[in-house]
Amino acid sequence: MRIPCPHCGERSLEEFTYLGPANPARAVPEAGRSALPAAGLDEAVTSTYLRDNLPGWVTGIWYHALGCRSVLLVERHATTHEIAGARLARARGVAPVARTGIGDA
Amino acid sequence: MQRYSIVSLVREALRGHVGWRPAWRQAEPKPEYDYVVVGGGGHGLATAYYLASRYGKARIAVVEKGLIGSGNVGRNTTIVRSNYLLPGNIPFYELSMKLWEGLEADLNYNAMVSQRGVLNLYHSDAQRDAYIRRGNAMLMHGVDATLLDADAVRRKLPFLDIDNARFPIKGGLLQRRGGTVRHDAVAWGYARAADQRGVDIIERCEVTGIRREAGRVTGIETARGFIAARNVGLACAGNSSRVAALADLRLPIESYALQAFVSEALKPFIDCVVTFGAGHFYISQSDKGGLVFGGDLDTYNSYAQRGNLPVIEDVAECGMALMPRLGRVRLLRHWGGIMDMTMDGSPIIDRTPVEGLWLNAGWCYGGFKATPASGLVFAHLMATAAPHEAARAYRLDRFATGHAIDEKGMGPHPQLH
Repeated sequence: MRIPCPHCGERSLEEFTYLGPANPARAVPEAGRSALPAAGLDEAVTSTYLRDNLPGWVTGIWYHALGCRSVLLVERHATTHEIAGARLARARGVAPVARTGIGDA
Repeated sequence: MQRYSIVSLVREALRGHVGWRPAWRQAEPKPEYDYVVVGGGGHGLATAYYLASRYGKARIAVVEKGLIGSGNVGRNTTIVRSNYLLPGNIPFYELSMKLWEGLEADLNYNAMVSQRGVLNLYHSDAQRDAYIRRGNAMLMHGVDATLLDADAVRRKLPFLDIDNARFPIKGGLLQRRGGTVRHDAVAWGYARAADQRGVDIIERCEVTGIRREAGRVTGIETARGFIAARNVGLACAGNSSRVAALADLRLPIESYALQAFVSEALKPFIDCVVTFGAGHFYISQSDKGGLVFGGDLDTYNSYAQRGNLPVIEDVAECGMALMPRLGRVRLLRHWGGIMDMTMDGSPIIDRTPVEGLWLNAGWCYGGFKATPASGLVFAHLMATAAPHEAARAYRLDRFATGHAIDEKGMGPHPQLH
């Protein structure tokens, strides 16, 4: 599997770290608050733990760890591993939360 | 009913083996059953068998998309063990180990249960302490555990790279009752035993819909027509999310491919299961002589039953670090299976929000060793509508209530469990 990085061009899978599916967005507390309101807990549980996890086209968050260190959104087919494209997560206004600790910065 | 024994074997040997009959019938779907199990893998067949044999239920069917034994029950590395740490896990896996020990007599089928021992190596003082803790937890639950030092490991497996400069082997935690079981024979044995008790095993019968009325399941739509049932149990790990979506359920599961490998056949030289503690690698030798081994998941979600090359390279590197003589061995085959990876690395055996729809899912890496206990406790759940004593912790809502069973301590990152 080779991923077309917008910065580096087509690169091999070994250079990338998969951080998880791009949806759903994480529930985050309002600005200035440290915790979610109680009513938001269901939403937090849903977004943290539940997944669609269906075959077909999926969007994943990938970290180009051994390249430009960008966080990418990659469109991939979960059954054939065909890759339709990759774009910078930042360009879409997504603030990715690194899931492995590797991408923390 | 044809019973297998030394008498039947001798009789058939003298008659030229023309009298053996198929181990199970090719059943046609009936319009209605009391219990339908979706998924004809080890867990589904075991569930149907225990529903009939232990809980005295009748009118049971197992529906399978493909053929019996073509899914993960025939794709694993055949290891059985109960060397777990957490209270929610140990009693369940130990129940499974006890069922393995009596399985062949129970099923009248040779599943080649071989308690050759499972040895987890440690490479640092911290890892040794963690294994001592695990071993003590096992002993307190009545499971066997033995701590070996480096000399004992050297005597047992002298060809390991014990004095490896980077990851020296300092010892290992041995579960002598662990070992391997012929995986295909488990599927066939349960299928035959369930069939003998009247269970209809319906192959090539994909489920395409789950019909519900007023929050209660009424049956399943299949490739071979509608089958009415008041109790439907899902045992289709790898594809649990897809099948559960037919009932509008979302699960705490992501699907990943796990690869396994087998080498050309060699003379016997590994007499137990060995796991490398500094990477992810486990190996045993089949009775046919092939080295059976595996390693990490492919690191991204997938529904392809095949793997990718970077993981093969990683597995080969781990193998060479542990056992340099592997470098002379030729790989014969490798393949992949799809794992239900849950958010805490532990399975789910529970009721669902749909009345009469029961869920057995999320087996991560650990599905094969769990097969008998999974079938037993799932049958218990479906027959009595109450969880079995050994599986109380495997609740579907445990993530919302804060009762995750995270054996590896990784948090909700399914690819890391």
